[in-house]
This record gives sequence, C-alpha cells and structure tokens, in this order.
Amino acid sequence: MSAPVSVSLLVNGEPIDAFVLPRLNLADFLRENLRLTGTHVGCEHGVCGACTVRLDGEIVRSCLMLAVQAQGASVETIEGLSDSGEIADLQAAFRERNALQCGYCTPGMLMTAQDLLKQMPVPDRQAIREHLSGNYCRCTGYQAIVDAVEATAKTRAGRPA
Amino acid sequence: MTVTRAPAETLSVLDRSNSYIGKTVPRPNLDRLLQGRGQYVSDLELPRMAHVVFLRSPYAHARIVAIDADAARRMSGVIAIVTGRELEAVITPWVGVLSHLKGLKSAPQHAIAVDRACWQGEAVAAIVATSRAAAEDAMEHVVVDYEELETVTDMRTALDPATPVIHSALGDNLAFERTLNAGDVDQALSDSEVVEADFVFGRHTGVTLEPRAVVADWNAAEARLTIYQGTQAPHMVQNIAALHLGLREAQVRVVCKDVGGSFGIKVHIYADEMATYALSKLLRRPIKFVADRVESFNTDIHARDHRCRGRIGVKPDGTITAFEIDDLTGIGPYSMYPRTSAIEANQVVNLVGGPYVTANYRARARVVFQNKNVMCQYRAVGHPIACSVTEGLVDLAAAKIGMDPVEIRRRNLIPDDAYPCASPSGMKFEQLSHHASLAKLLQMMDYDALRAEQAALRARNIHRGIGIASFIEVTNPSAAFYGVGGAKISSQDGVAVRLDAQGSVICQTSITEQGQGSESLTAQIVGSVLGVSMDRVRVTLGDTDNTPYGGGTWASRGAGIGGEAALQAAKALRQNILDVAAAILQSTPAGLDIVNNSIVNAVDGAPRIELNELARIVYFRPDTLPPGVQPELMATRHFVPRQYPFAFTNGVQASWLEVDTETGFVTLLKHWVVEDCGTIINPQLVDEQIRGGVVQGLGAALFEKCIYDERGQLTNANMADYLVPMSGEMPDIEIGHVVSPTQETELGAKGAGEAGTAGAAAAVANAVNDALRPFGATITEIPLTPQVILTALGRI
Amino acid sequence: MKAAAFAYARATSVVNALELLAAHGDKAKVLSGGQSLMPAMNLRLISPDILVDIGGLAELRGIAVRAGVLIVGALTRHVDLLRSPEIALYAPLLRDAVAHVAHPAIRNRGTIGGSLAHADPASELPACVVALDAMIVVRGPSGERRIAATEFFKGIYETALSPDELLVAIEVPVAGQGSTFFFQEYARRHGDYAVVGLAARAVVAAGRFTDLRLGFFAIGDRPMLAAAAGRLINASVTSALLAEAATALADELDPQEDQQATAAMRRHLATVLLRRCVAALLARPDLEAGVAR
Repeated sequence: MSAPVSVSLLVNGEPIDAFVLPRLNLADFLRENLRLTGTHVGCEHGVCGACTVRLDGEIVRSCLMLAVQAQGASVETIEGLSDSGEIADLQAAFRERNALQCGYCTPGMLMTAQDLLKQMPVPDRQAIREHLSGNYCRCTGYQAIVDAVEATAKTRAGRPA
Repeated sequence: MTVTRAPAETLSVLDRSNSYIGKTVPRPNLDRLLQGRGQYVSDLELPRMAHVVFLRSPYAHARIVAIDADAARRMSGVIAIVTGRELEAVITPWVGVLSHLKGLKSAPQHAIAVDRACWQGEAVAAIVATSRAAAEDAMEHVVVDYEELETVTDMRTALDPATPVIHSALGDNLAFERTLNAGDVDQALSDSEVVEADFVFGRHTGVTLEPRAVVADWNAAEARLTIYQGTQAPHMVQNIAALHLGLREAQVRVVCKDVGGSFGIKVHIYADEMATYALSKLLRRPIKFVADRVESFNTDIHARDHRCRGRIGVKPDGTITAFEIDDLTGIGPYSMYPRTSAIEANQVVNLVGGPYVTANYRARARVVFQNKNVMCQYRAVGHPIACSVTEGLVDLAAAKIGMDPVEIRRRNLIPDDAYPCASPSGMKFEQLSHHASLAKLLQMMDYDALRAEQAALRARNIHRGIGIASFIEVTNPSAAFYGVGGAKISSQDGVAVRLDAQGSVICQTSITEQGQGSESLTAQIVGSVLGVSMDRVRVTLGDTDNTPYGGGTWASRGAGIGGEAALQAAKALRQNILDVAAAILQSTPAGLDIVNNSIVNAVDGAPRIELNELARIVYFRPDTLPPGVQPELMATRHFVPRQYPFAFTNGVQASWLEVDTETGFVTLLKHWVVEDCGTIINPQLVDEQIRGGVVQGLGAALFEKCIYDERGQLTNANMADYLVPMSGEMPDIEIGHVVSPTQETELGAKGAGEAGTAGAAAAVANAVNDALRPFGATITEIPLTPQVILTALGRI
Repeated sequence: MKAAAFAYARATSVVNALELLAAHGDKAKVLSGGQSLMPAMNLRLISPDILVDIGGLAELRGIAVRAGVLIVGALTRHVDLLRSPEIALYAPLLRDAVAHVAHPAIRNRGTIGGSLAHADPASELPACVVALDAMIVVRGPSGERRIAATEFFKGIYETALSPDELLVAIEVPVAGQGSTFFFQEYARRHGDYAVVGLAARAVVAAGRFTDLRLGFFAIGDRPMLAAAAGRLINASVTSALLAEAATALADELDPQEDQQATAAMRRHLATVLLRRCVAALLARPDLEAGVAR
C-alpha cells in the first residue's frame, strides 16, 4: 500500500518525473532527491519557515506538503530564484545591510520577503514584520532584514515602470 | 561615537589610507548563503553514509532493565542497533569537572546511557539505518524495559535530606558551591535602607535554526576519523574525540563549514555526538546524526534556570552600600563536558554589582543536580542573571528612596577616570566607560521627553515604562577561563598569512565562523595591515588540518584574540614582503610601503612594483634575486591575552514598552543600547551582533521557558509551544558606541557578541515595573508572561 | 522526525473520496491543506494507514451566493477567504479572523473545511461559523446532511462528522442590514493560537443590540456561543449591565488550564474581550473601562 507513487512536476522550470514514497515531504524531496539543499529544514512541523518554497507562485512550507501533492505543480526554490535573477536586488540589499548571519533562515526569509513585495509594493515596517512573522531568525534580531526589505521596496517603487 | 581615550600610537598600523578598520564592508562570501549554496553539515552526504537516530528515555530517571531490539534489527534498512554497554568498548566515559572550580563534582557520563537514564531525552540506544525514516521506523520496535526511579526536579529541594541522591557515589546533589565575602556587608546593611527580592529566571535554550549536526567518517584504511560538525571549537572537538576513542589527535580531523547558528549551544561535547563518532568507528562507515527539533529541545544544553535572592543597601542620598545574593541553579544530572556546568553560577558571583563602586558584597551560589536536561554555557553566560539581579535591585532601591533610576546610577557607577580598578569579586577592569555610555544613552533616547510622554499617557490610562540596565561583559578570555582548570581548551589563537603567486593573500585562522563575521574581520585586518584590497584576501577556517591551533569562536573572543593574531601575522608578512621588495628594487624596507596591492615609495607614494609581479619573481624567477635572499612569503602568529584574565567591556541598555494592564500583554516599542567594545573593526557587524543578542534577551524577558512538570517531563519541546522571539513582536533597536580600546593588544578590540543578551532582559523587567508603578506591583520573574503580569496586578 | 509510512490515494471525485473513506474507515485520514495533519504526522503523533487526498477536487472549491446564503466550498483556502470580495461583503468576520491565522505560507495551503473538521478549540474559524450561525454541509454514503455549526463541534478535535463522511461546504446566512462584526484574540505572538479569542456578529439599531452572537474560542473544549450575550440584547447597555453580563459570562465558562493561561486568566480575558467588543460594536468607548477591578 505505501509503495512509491509517481509524481511529475516542474522544479525551477525543469520537468521532473520521480517515484517517491508517499511519506516523503516536499522539503526532503527537494533536498535529498534533487540535491537542492538551499531549502532548509529547521523544525519539520511548520513553525520555523526555513523550508519555505514557492508552489505555483505562492509561498508554502515544504515540510507540510507531501512530494506527491506537488503533482502537476511548479515548485521554485532559492536556487531557482537566484539563477533567474528575480531577487538579485533583494539579495544585494540583504548583503549590504548584513541581513543574515548564519544564513540558515535566509532562503526562507528571501522567499517570504519577495512574496510580500509582489503583493504589496511599498509595505511599511509593521507590514514587513507581520509578513515575516512566521520565519524564525535567531541571529539578526530581524531589524536588518526589515531594513533590507524596506530598502528593496523603495528602490523597486522608484524604478521607472 | 565617543572615544574615551586616544588610540595608542601603535594603532597606526591600522590607520592607513586604505584601511578597512572601522568601516562597514559587506562580509565576503555572503552570496553563497544568499543563493542557498551554503554547505551545512545537515546538507552533507558521503558514500556509504548511514543515519543514526537515538532512542531516548521517556522517563526523567529510570533503570534500564532490558533492551529488546531483535524485531527492530530485522526491519528493512536497519544496519545496527547499539546499546550503551556495547558502545562502551569503543568510547570511554567522561566527567565534566575543572580543578579551578574547587569542589565541583560530577559523575561519569556515557555516550549512550548504561544501566540508568538520568533525564528525559538521554539516549539509551542507537539505531543506525539507511535513512532517518527507516531508523525511526525501527526505533518504534525497540522495546525497553524501564524501572522508573524517583526523580529530583525542584532545585529548591534537591539538597534536602529527604530527597534522593542522583549519583550515590557523590554523596549528595550539590555539584558546586562558591561563597564570597568582600568588605563588611552586615555593617553596611545595618546603616542603610535594605530592599530584598527573589529573582526567578526561566530555563532557556538556544534553538539554533540548524539543529546540532555531525557526520563522522572513520576511514579504517587510513586509521583516521574525519568529523564534519557544526562546532564553535574544532580543535577542542579533535582533542576530546581522540582522547575518548583512544586515538592520537593527528588521527582526527574536524571540519566545520557553514553552521546554522550556535550561540554557545555548539561549543560543548554532547553524548549523542560522541556516540556518532564511536558508531562510525564501530561500523567503519560514515554516520550522520542530525538532531530533530524535539531532540534539540530535549538535549541541546539549557541555561539560566536560576533562583536568586538579592539584597541591596541604600542611603537616602542614593549611595548604594552593599549587594548580597544567594543564587541557586539546577543543572541537570551531569556537569557538561568539558566546560562544566558551574561556570554560569560562578559568573553570577563574579558579576553582580560589577558596574558599581560599592565595596561591600557577599555572595553564595549553589549548583545542584536534578533529573532534567543538562544546563551549560549559552550566550552571555551568567550575565543576564547578574545584570537582572543587580539592575533590578538598583531600581528597587531607587524606588525605595524616591530617586530617579538614572540618578541613582549616576551616583554609583564607577567613575570613568577610576581605572584600572577591581570589583569586590576581584574582577580587574582596565578601562570602562559607564558614565559616558549612560550620558550617550540618555541623549539617544531623549530621556526627559520620554518621561514627560509617559506621564501624559498615564493620565489617559495608558501605561508605558522605561527601563535602564547598565552591564559589564566578560570578553577575550585568557587561560584563566578553562585552561588553568585543566581543560584542553585553547585560549590562544593562530593565524597564518601567505602571499600567493598572483599577489593575493591566503589566510588561515583558528577562529570559526557562524555568521558573526569572523571571515570579514580577519580579511579586514589582514587587508588593512598588508595594504591589500579585501577582495584579494581569502580566509580559510574551520578545519583542524588546515588552520593553526586555536580556541575557536566563543565567549566574545574571535575579534579580540583571533583579530590580534591576524594583525600580528599580517605585520610579519608585510615586513617579509618589504624585505624582498627592497632587495628587488635596491631600496630599503623602511623606504617602501604597500598600498593598494602595490609596493610604493613610503615618502611620495609613487608605485614601484605590483604585488603580483613581486610574487611572480619570488615564486618563478628566484634566480634573479640577489644572492642570499630567501623570501618568506608566509607568516604565522599566535596571540593570547596575558595581562588581564578578561577584557571587560561595558554598556547600558534601555527599553520603552507598553503594558496592557487589563490583559497583561506587553508591547515592546523601542530599545536602545550603548556599548563599548574598544576598537570597532566593522561597525555594522558589531551593531548586528548587539541587535541579535538583544533579541535573544528579549525572548528571555517575555517568551522563552522550558516548562517541566514535577516528573521531569519537558512539556513544550516543540517550536509551537516554546516561544522564540519573532519579527512581529520585536522592536527596532538603536545602537551607539563609546570606544575604549584595550591597551593589551595593538588592535584594541574587545568582544561584542554577548553584550546585547547581557542586559536586555534586565532593561525590559525594569521597564515593566516602571509601567506598573501606579499599581504598586513589582515583578522579579522572567519571562514576563501575561499570566505573571495579571497575577502581579491582582486581576486574577 | 519523519512521518511513518502510509498509503496515498488521490481522490478523483467526492464520490470516489467517500468510497475510499468507506473502505478504510477510521484508518484513513482526509488530506485537505494538510497544515494541521502534516505536523502531527511528522511528529508521529498520528500514523494513519492511508491518506485520502481531496486537494484536487474542483467541486469543493469556490465561493458563491445563492438565495441569501453564502456558500463556501470546503477547499476554500484561508488566503481565498482573505481576498474574496464576496466574503468581504457578506461575511467580513471570516476575513478579519483569517488575518490572525498563522502566517502567509500556512494560509496559502490551509482550508476552511480542514480547519473546521480538525476542530482545534483554539482556532479561529470554528468560532466564526458558530457566531455566524452557519450550517456545515456534510456528505456521506447515505447522502448529504446539514449540521448547525453550534451542533458540529463536540470536543477537542471532535466533531459530528463520522469517519465515512466528508465536509463539503459551509453555508453562511448573508449579513443583513445593521449587521456588524467584531473579531479579536489575545495571542502571545503574531499567528500563534489564541490564549482567548472572540468572534462576534451583532445587529445594532438605535444604539441597542437587536441581536448579538458571541463566539468565544480557546476557552474550553470547543467554540462556545455565550449565553450571557442575551442579557445585552434589546437592552440599554450600561456599565452595570455589562458588568452583570461579564459575571454571567465568567460563570458559564469552563476554561481549561494550559501553559499559556490558567482557567482564571482565561475567564478574566474573556470578560475583557466582552467589554471591548461591546464598546466597539456600540461605539461606546465609555464602556471599555467598565468592569475593571
């Protein structure tokens, strides 16, 4: 009964066909099967946000999803967003502001911040704090992250359409 | 920035035209982490690698009668199931004591429990399988017959005669006791107003986002063990693994690449990590252990579980006449190895009253065993306890005599011109800046305006509070911390610097990186001293095969000790380069300098030869050098502080918050810190260390607590129930600096990694009490939960 | 920890899902958004033999208004409730509540049907459907039945659903003239489960309540419609009357104690919420400080 199930999906634009055990969650599938280790695992119960990825354009916790549930979906990870250049400005702002220390929360934090900036082009600091409030960072104290997201929003807003 | 003392003459080596010192520059190699290309141990996979999970005792105290693993052994994917008794043949037990902590005792601890489990979460068997999931499946089928034993959980009764003794060979449950008596406390108190309070601190843990992780790879053909581990102290791990596995240190290599947070959690030797090394040796293949989050809560060291009775004497004019404390802490069933679990209480005794002139100080600290997870050193060891007790008492004293909290501090803080001096507990202070720091803080926060705003809001039934907390911090520890007690924990660090064949610099340092910016500060120092641009400096760290021997990164020592070693190594290499350049250019070393990757004339800065050209000649055409010139384009230097056991730093924090007196909920509005860590190498990195540290302290103040029941069960061992600080509740934190460089080093840098954590909770607690003053409520307990606040207000 | 092994069936229709549930009984679990189920499975707190994934069933999606009833499909996600113009217009209480549910990444997966069927007494949506006097539409082997929200929740993680039934939709009477709503909860951090919360629907006319439904949550083993509200309906609300209602509320509550709060604290916070709710709904700030001791 718990035999492998076939799953076909797009990961960072690349078609993937795999046989996976039903119990394999999406985070482990990305990390162990596809070696996309930029998606981190911090709690495996959906609280820390380190495993945040994009599923059909929306952020989700990849530890709270089975790989088989991604059938037919498009999954994007930090590797994909980095290679496409979509968040190059946000990454630069994080670098300038030292909005990361150990870097373990950073992929999930960037995913979540980009999600906010897509929905709300010029969020205030409280809105940034609220949107990121499900992503745990033990190192920074959050302020530098909020600064980097705010700076990116302002730069993007000032950019000619 | 306020500079209390002119930088020493010798600082000129850093004060060059192209210096990176004192400048904010982005850390090298951040893109790797930003693009998800970090190499954390949890990412690592090796050929033939197996995964271990540990079956952990569900009881806080139990005899292990029998372990039946037959059914589990037959399950798919299972490679081995190993008990403590079986692993004993591979790895020896240890006892976490240090000789300079007189009287400290502990019992032998095994990698996997033998016969008896002493806390809920202690490993009783290892299950090794082809995947973590398969190992967990098998674990459910290992049957352990336990005989539950009586538990010792409450530290307050641990020493009662009626309480069972956890380790009978030790005679009692007292691990360590220290008393101190300076001046004449009784006389001082008899002449003063006396205020007394019981301070209670929740048990916390570090909750590093990447859990503890290790891959141990015993290569039987090489007779060599490679340990990939997220650790702050690779050489310490090397020494201890070798010692207990019966190997020479040369047979153990420790590699530490990216680490997902440490904060003192990853500076210890954990039993399950030792078991993983031993399993690799036993099974002759790589074994990976990554704690899951529940295991992290149950086995990562806890800290801060203290109950401290404090007394303060004060005169009507605000003079503080004495401090007295009686501190009690419960550390679990074993003193941790090798740093021991007595250091935190010892630090509390050392630090209470430390910012103040008062000479009368009496202290007792007792450290007891109990059947809970082990406690040990975690960021700002002992400081939050000492600071909260001291600053809480000072505020209580001020309230007693009707004095403003700032005024009482002004009257009692050690004057900035009184240094060098010592505290009643014997701590030597080289140069602190309490008054300059306080003045700067008041200016930053506009104290008077804030007080006026507070009064106006109070009239509208809005209750806000201001809390101030001065602190001192132990940094740059010498051998006085561990080495003198017999621990093989290096207090010195080494840096090797070499010029490569294209004129770039390769730098190997024994300090480690967990995100603080060790790589950056090393590159900044080396680049500045050598006259080489930072993009040409590559820093290697975290590998015992490829770095000089040294302590690593803990106790706020990386910049001050490792940074000085880098400075001295770079100075030596610079001299060597100038010697060669002088030979090539038929000049003198003194007549030349290195600026922007080129040899230039010292007098007019005119370029003479680029470093890459010099390197080309040295490495590929040495035949063209004058006879007798043998270039040494590599230099190594080590450094350890000798003059002061610790380079004390100081600072002051303030919190501005609002209490909803109907619901007991606290909203943090703003936080300020002024800190003096001496020479600032990279202002942004220092500020971010402080901010991160403050938020850890704010977590302690409002949220974090390991909640045990009376049977020793940790009841909130998950991230939904153990509340860490998240972005939504944290305030913006403004930071200022006063600069008093230490004269013990040319660099002048002291540590900054723990200052934020040291004083944040004290500032918040004082602010909450300030807000509640109209209600006559005083709280000396953290975390300040709504339940605690509503109870104090008499609402429930 | 990793979830224990299980079998997986992707339901192709509601009928197919019901067949799978009938075949596996209580050994099966329905997988909707998975935001409560997956953590429990990852921690091996539960280990179902088979998961029936209903995530692909288009027939369970969508929000529609028919004959004065707002029909919300079981697979409607939290984020859909947050963004739906129909919800904003006809049941803004749901929108207001969802802003307090966990975090964006969770709200992108979690569904209203999953939340109601999970029946966590501290969660927001069960209290909302109770306050809104909604009907829970359930389909089983013998057809469809409608259960009043007030009858649906039976205890901690317990509902009137039987293992062979599927929650398919929620029917909410659309907000009428004069309807106002109030939602507030006290949680330790953004997105945490509430320590105590209140979802309320009222009809106010000429400064009085002509209707008032107070759905408290995290105060017992299920969301509770407070009877004390009755004292405030068709009455001139004074501080004294509000204090009386608060006392009645404290009496009818039987809160549990946990790590966040004692029973006494929950009673206290419930009365604070009552006061703040009434003051807000009647736009009478004077009532807010009414019953402070």
